[in-house]
Order: sequence, then C-alpha cells, then structure tokens
Amino acid sequence: MADTAIRTKDQTPTIEGMAEGMAKPAGALDARLAALNLPQQGGFSARARQDALGRLRAMGLPGPRDEYWRYTDPRGFNAPVPQALPIPHADETPLFDGLDKLTLVFVDGAFDEAASDDLALDGVEIATLAQADTVGSWAADLYGVLESAGQTPVKRPFAALNTAAARDGVLIRVTRTPSRPIHVVHRRGATDADAMWHHVIRVEQGAELTLLETGMSGARSNGVIEVDVARGGKFHHVASKRAVDPKVGISHVFARIASQAQFKSFTLSVNGTVMRNEAVIDIAGDDAVAHIAAAVLGDGEQAPFHHDDTVFITHGAERCESRQVFKKVLKNGATGVFQGKILVKPGAQKTDGYQISQALLLDERSQFLAKPELEIYADDVKCSHGSTTGAIDDEALFYLRSRGVPRERAIVFLVLSFLADALAEVEDEGLRDRIYERLDVWLTLNAVH
Amino acid sequence: MLKIDNLHVKLEEEDKQILKGLSLEVPAGQVHAIMGPNGSGKSTLSYVLSGRDGYVVTEGTATLDGDSLLDMEPEERAAAGLFLAFQYPVEIPGVGNMTFLRTALNAQRKARGQDELSSGDFLKLVRAKAADLQISPDMLKRPVNVGFSGGEKKRNEILQMAMLEPRMCIMDETDSGLDVDAMRLVSDGVNALRSPDRSFLVITHYQRLLNHIQPDVVHIMADGRIVTSGGPELALQVEQEGYGDLLAEAR
Repeated sequence: MADTAIRTKDQTPTIEGMAEGMAKPAGALDARLAALNLPQQGGFSARARQDALGRLRAMGLPGPRDEYWRYTDPRGFNAPVPQALPIPHADETPLFDGLDKLTLVFVDGAFDEAASDDLALDGVEIATLAQADTVGSWAADLYGVLESAGQTPVKRPFAALNTAAARDGVLIRVTRTPSRPIHVVHRRGATDADAMWHHVIRVEQGAELTLLETGMSGARSNGVIEVDVARGGKFHHVASKRAVDPKVGISHVFARIASQAQFKSFTLSVNGTVMRNEAVIDIAGDDAVAHIAAAVLGDGEQAPFHHDDTVFITHGAERCESRQVFKKVLKNGATGVFQGKILVKPGAQKTDGYQISQALLLDERSQFLAKPELEIYADDVKCSHGSTTGAIDDEALFYLRSRGVPRERAIVFLVLSFLADALAEVEDEGLRDRIYERLDVWLTLNAVH
Repeated sequence: MLKIDNLHVKLEEEDKQILKGLSLEVPAGQVHAIMGPNGSGKSTLSYVLSGRDGYVVTEGTATLDGDSLLDMEPEERAAAGLFLAFQYPVEIPGVGNMTFLRTALNAQRKARGQDELSSGDFLKLVRAKAADLQISPDMLKRPVNVGFSGGEKKRNEILQMAMLEPRMCIMDETDSGLDVDAMRLVSDGVNALRSPDRSFLVITHYQRLLNHIQPDVVHIMADGRIVTSGGPELALQVEQEGYGDLLAEAR
C-alpha cells in the first residue's frame, strides 16, 4: 500500500513559503498584535519575545497563497479576536482520571494553582512560565530558540506570535526519570478567551518523561511546546483534544533530539472547526528515533470541520528512524489535511524515514488533502511515504454483520480498525487501552451510519 | 428448517442472472452438500441467503423455519440462527478476535431477548471451544484473522460457529486451502455440532470433505439451479466421472 518514492535533489533546499505572498498589509498584523496586550516587563524571556516579534513582523500573517496555507484558511487565526463561544458543559470523566500522575491545570492558557497538584516531583524541576519569567530559568536557553530554529525553511507565524505573546505555560526539566507522568489539563474559562500557552521541556541525558495533555482552552487557542531531548533521553507525549464547540485552534511542537534519544508523540483530535497541529522535529544526533502519530475524528454536522496536520522532520544525523502515522475519519463534509515532509540532510546516512497518511471517508461530501514530501540529500537512506483515501470496506462490514454484529457497531469496529496503526504508536498499553475505550464511547454516541 | 423455493437472483450492478429458479429444502438435523462446476452460482447462493449487498432477488423465497430470510438485515439473519462460514474469512486489524466474538454473541443474545453473557462466562466458554479446535490463546487475543494461516482462518470460522450455535450453518468451500490435518480438525468441529435441531448446507468442490462430514443429501448445482439430488454416492460419482454425464442426463 505504501508506495515508495525517493527523490534526490542536488541543490540546497529552497526556502519555501517565503518567496510568495508572505508580505501582508501591516494593518492586519498590527490589529492582531494590538488585541493581544503583549507582556511588557523584562523577564528571562524578554529578548526571545522581542526577537520573535521582529521575526513575526518580517514574515507577516499568512494568506491563502502561502504554500503551507493552501489547504487551510488562516482567517480564523488572523482575526484580531476570536468569536466568543459558550463554555460547554463537561459531561464525561476526563480521559486519564484515576492514573497516578502529577496534574497541572491551565485555564485559557493561565496556570490554575488551586486546581493543580504541587509542583513537586522527584527528579524533575517544574515551574510555570509566568512565575519563572520574573526570577530567571534554565529555560532561557530554549525559550523561543527551538521555535526560531523551526522557522526555516517553512515560516510558522503563529508560533512566533506565541513566543512573543504567551504569558504562561510550564517549564519542565527532567534530570531523573520521575515515578509518574505529568498531565497538563486545559480548560476553558471566558467565553471569548484568546488562549495562548508556551511549554518548554528539557529531558536530560538518559532520563525519561511522559507528558499527557487533555482538554481545550479558549474560544481560540495557540499552543507551543519546545522539547529538547538530550542524549539517550526519552520523551513520550500523549495528547487528547476534543472540542465540543466550533472552536479554532493551532498547536506547535518543536523538538530537538540528540543522539540515541527518543521522541514519541500521539495526538487524538476530535471535532472543532479549524484545527491545525504543526510538528517540527529536528533529529540532530545519531541513532535517534522520532515518531509522530495522530488519530482524528471529524464530523462536519454541527459546524464545518477542518483538521490540518503539518509535519516537518529533519534528519541531520546518521542511522536515525522517523515515523509519521496520520489517520483521519471524516464525515458530513469534513475536511482533513496532511502536509508531511521528511528532509534528509547531506551526511544523514542510513536514515529510515516512513510516512503514512490515510483518510476514511464516511460519506462522499468529506475530503482529504494530502501533500507528502521527501527531500533527500544523502545517498544511503530508506524513505517511503504513502497516502490513501477510502471508504468503509463492504466485505469487512458484511463479515461482521453476518456474525450478528449490528451495522452501527460493525462500523465502530471498522473505524477503530482503521485507526489501529496510529494508536499502536502509543507505547504504554494502559494508556492505549484508555484511548480505545474512550474512542469506542465517542464513536458509539455519535453513531456513524 | 431451510426452505428455498424458485429463487431467482441477479447482480445489482449488471443485468446478469445468477440463480435461475433454485429450490432446495434442508430439514432439521440434516447435512446437505452442494457440488457443482465453477460459476454455477454456489457462492452467490450462500451470499444471498446471508444477506450480502450486490444481489437482487427477482423471484422466489427463502425461509428459515417459515420466516422469510430475504427481508432481514444480515445481523437479523444471524440472530435468527443462520451462519455462513466464509470461503475467504476477512482480516480486521485492530479488533481483537475475542472482542469481536463476544460482541457478536451478545448482540445475538440481546436480539433474541436473552441475557448477555458475562465476560467470565464468555471466557470460560471460548477457551474450552478453542482448545477443541486447537486454537491457541494467542490466536484468540490477536486481531480478527490477522496473521492467521489459511487453516487457522477456517478453524476460526468453526470456532465462531461453535460459539454462536446457529441452527442453520452454511459452509462455503470451507475445505479450500486446508491440509489433511486441518481438514480433520474442521470436520471434527463440525461433526461435534451436528444435532437433531441443527442443519448444515456444505458447499464444496471436492468429495473428500464429505468423507469427513457425511451428508444426508447431495445436490448438484449448475447454471443457477439444482439439476439433480441424491445420496452420498452422488458425490463419489462426481469425483470419479466429473460433472459432464450428470449434467447431460439432467438436460
């Protein structure tokens, strides 16, 4: 199924997205920035914020002519303020309830101390960005640094905007593997909140961290996570984002991975209106591993659904492995987008790069737009990509029904079956089972016919 | 038990008649075999009876204990006691064999107004029946039919049959792709299920399966209808002489 295509160029990579259409009337950006009330006081992040603002002004807000915004309308992100949305009633048990973990709650991007656990975990330094900004932090070396590096060759204006404007987030430095995962919970507070948060994570040599993330914040949200994994370190990220309202959100992960280190990220996304998740992963050390996966359920019935995963993985070292596994289930006119790139730099020999993006369309009105890209400057590599769009398999559906499984239930089975490869990227079996159970409930409630 | 009368079936997508007035009756407790050359409509018959899309019944009836099968959804037919063992069982990655089986069993029980089986009771039952068919606990845990050999898939079909306890079992070339040992396991599994209130319709190309599963009646099917019926000796005759003479006689 995964067709293999290897393209080798001998010129240097072009700077994509810069050449055309990036310059917008300054008015729109000024209006966007004016509505943000940028932090004024000088903390450890002050210089990075100034720098990000300068970069943002240079690149401007995106327009539909920008190469990486061709499939996704940026207007919802460009608008000075979000459209107010009522706060939905939370009617189900949070996904990771009952797990032994350290919970940090953010309301519209601001840390909620009263609702959170104490910031104490053996082997881990935890601070909030808002507090640390006044006293200084190890994170000064990383804040905005990985984001800035990730702006080449593709511009990511909303990440620069976030670095300039985000007031809070969590700074996590892991020196020794902690006994339990850290769980960041996002909640909504005000109906018109334009939520922003910026996390910085450093996993020191040989240490390991599991970061769980659930919930949504703001009527509009913009998140950045910068992750630096030192030699032999391991970072696991499991996120579940479910919008029960027609919200607009963008998230960015910027990761730098040292030799023999591991980065594994899985995101479950359910509904919302326009959601875009960007991941920029720089595999900088030999023998490192980076996996990124997502399972997306999109229903356009209540509100238009548009979900965009934009991934850029750079292999800059030898014998590294990367995997991108993206699966989207779309119905009622929902749109799925996948833009995934593997860049293999000169000298990154023995690279093993894999990318698959697949959509399961539950009706003929839904669509999937995929743009897989490989750019390879080393001659001894293995890279493959594949993309498919399909419907429910009639043969499998009949098989299940012929055993007495009702049609609706059989379709739930087949949707779960379709998502299985993405879910398999969740290494921890207990977490994976929880996600399966939750998906099962959601799919059953939102009976797909 | 199963009564098919003057069944005419065409393909939905094209104007091609497959079954042309097929009539057949399988009384309770009996095993009937259907043999016939390629393209005679044997598999179509099994699909139409179990409710697969893509076929249009233009004339005739098919009933299970008097209830019309043709008006029911596939899952309703299953709950009514019909089972089709597939020629090519389908692989379903990501769905555990046991989860599937338990869902199917409990959905059928629910449809019949019976209590659902608890997971403990289900587990006990499935382990015992799997052991009889030499299906390992590992195979039960794996996704449905994924990574199963041809023989394992067929044994898994018989396990489903044993768990779901249908009254009317249709077996579509269950012997295809089986080695001698697997054929014996499958046959033993089927024979263990034979009872006065359960019937079988065994579709096969080869007489050798019928050495293991002794039929009461053998039907020869050609060009969309039953052309002749007889005892087990009819299968032997086909094995020795082919279909040529039989079909010529019937004309």
